[in-house]
Amino acid sequence: MAIVFKKTDMLTDNPTHYCPGCGHGIAHRLLAEATEPYSGNVVGIAPVGCAVFAYNYFNCDMIEAAHGRAPAVATGVRAALPDKTVFVYQGDGDLASIGLGEIVHAAARGINITVIFINNAIYGMTGGQMAPTTLAGQKATTCQGGRTPAEAGNPIKVCEMLATLDGPSFIARCALDSVKNVRAAAAAIKKAFSYQAQNKGFSFVELLSSCPTNWHLNPVEALKFVSEKMTKTFPLGIFKDIGEN
Amino acid sequence: MADKALMKGNEAIAEAAVLGGCRCYFGYPITPQNEIPEYMSKRLPEVGGKFLQAESEIAAINMVYGAAACGVRAMTSSSSPGISLKQEGISYLAGAELPAVIVNMMRCGPGLGGIQPAQGDYFQAVKGGGHGDYRMLVYAPSTVQECVDIIYNAFDKAEKYRLPVMILGDGMLGQIMEAVQLPKMRDISEIKKPEWAVTGENKGESRKIINSLYIEPDELETVNLRLAARYAEMKKNETAWESYLTDDAEIVLAAYGTVGRIAKSAVGILRSKGIKAGLLRPITLYPFPSEVFLKLAEFSHVKKFITVELSLGQMVEDVRLAVEGKKPVLLLGRAGGNVVTPEDIAAFAEKEGI
Repeated sequence: MAIVFKKTDMLTDNPTHYCPGCGHGIAHRLLAEATEPYSGNVVGIAPVGCAVFAYNYFNCDMIEAAHGRAPAVATGVRAALPDKTVFVYQGDGDLASIGLGEIVHAAARGINITVIFINNAIYGMTGGQMAPTTLAGQKATTCQGGRTPAEAGNPIKVCEMLATLDGPSFIARCALDSVKNVRAAAAAIKKAFSYQAQNKGFSFVELLSSCPTNWHLNPVEALKFVSEKMTKTFPLGIFKDIGEN
Repeated sequence: MADKALMKGNEAIAEAAVLGGCRCYFGYPITPQNEIPEYMSKRLPEVGGKFLQAESEIAAINMVYGAAACGVRAMTSSSSPGISLKQEGISYLAGAELPAVIVNMMRCGPGLGGIQPAQGDYFQAVKGGGHGDYRMLVYAPSTVQECVDIIYNAFDKAEKYRLPVMILGDGMLGQIMEAVQLPKMRDISEIKKPEWAVTGENKGESRKIINSLYIEPDELETVNLRLAARYAEMKKNETAWESYLTDDAEIVLAAYGTVGRIAKSAVGILRSKGIKAGLLRPITLYPFPSEVFLKLAEFSHVKKFITVELSLGQMVEDVRLAVEGKKPVLLLGRAGGNVVTPEDIAAFAEKEGI
């Protein structure tokens, strides 16, 4: 019988700790599939946040970074291992709040790494506090009446900000809310790694992802929240692409 | 590079690190240690190494973490306020059992403080400035030559015990120029890559994971106990000190780093006046040479200890702990960037010590 589907070898067989309906599982699979061509030559950097145990799931050498520091750790790895494929996996609190300095400077330097940024507009691991990407009006445990920009600031649009820099080769925002969008995300992540393989410099894919647990929605409603609410603040698209050679 | 050279402390540290096998340096500008990154930016590319000016001290220490995780000899340097920012990364290095070398050319504090020499970071260095139950191997060189000898071997020590090693100097030591004998360049191809190092080439069971997260209490306690055993081993093998004219000393000065040199001159002044003074200069601040202090305190000829330091009392606590109340321990401390002179110390010893 012909094999029509096979789990990627770039994921381990460890069961994940993610909640039902969470987008991390889809993101892990897309990332793992995209690294298949580089199998046996891959280093991943895990963040602090819901994906803190990512080192258990990716079937490659992994380094756990301090909160927000993964791009700096990856910069050190790149200096030590110039020829390996290096990826960084970060959530919104990790990347856009405590680690904003590290991601901006890694991008500005054009460090030849690929960053996968999971934006679910909430702090998941710590129990649903406001994130730097929490939407205006969205409820969180530290803005229980909904985020009010006048008091709690505005959501940070990371792709748009990084696209102003000269260092990045590829910046895209995708969503994990529909089959069509998941396929587009898969293509964007593959492209990001192919740019790294061509030594084009920093590549970045933001994935709008659902968090049913902390949004207090069921998984279907959570996907709808991504489609109908998140994409209004965080429009999908390619924000930078220096093109193939 | 000639074997014998006249070098500034900071530059000698940078050169000796390269000779000792350092191939990655990450740092951020801060006075009074800027000669280290400046020197490294020129020198490391010559030997196929990598220099990178980080956007912050926090980023710099995490870049060290990344390179160290790959088994490359990596270092950073800074001065007091910058070292405070590195504490998170130092704790992670200790937790992930990664070797690295960190140089702190101390200036005065707290806060922004000043840019003059001080020794106010003693507690931070030896008691653990970052969170959690960890230690570093902390060296306090007193001459440029000692800086060279210590940092040349510091990477070996860091790898042997799998922990961060700190060189605790001060602004004076960084800026002073002295003749130094440089050791020969280590052939890094002969340095064995640690088996735990990330290479990117492993899959499945052989995957390398660098991590300091242990959710299960028993698992983490096992790690803590492993670290403690390593620290105990380090205490046995690495504790270093200089004993100067202590055999018949009635007054024993205790001082480290450049203050150790100043205290040595004070011993000369006191001896010329017929006062039997000596000096015990810890070269490692952690592990602290406690047994040596205790042994001295048990001699009947020793009447008093005087700790001299550029803080208002930090190492003095370790000296007091070490002598177990057997002899009085006085403190002569200066702060704010003021430096004691040999005459100050001699006068204090004459007035208080007898």
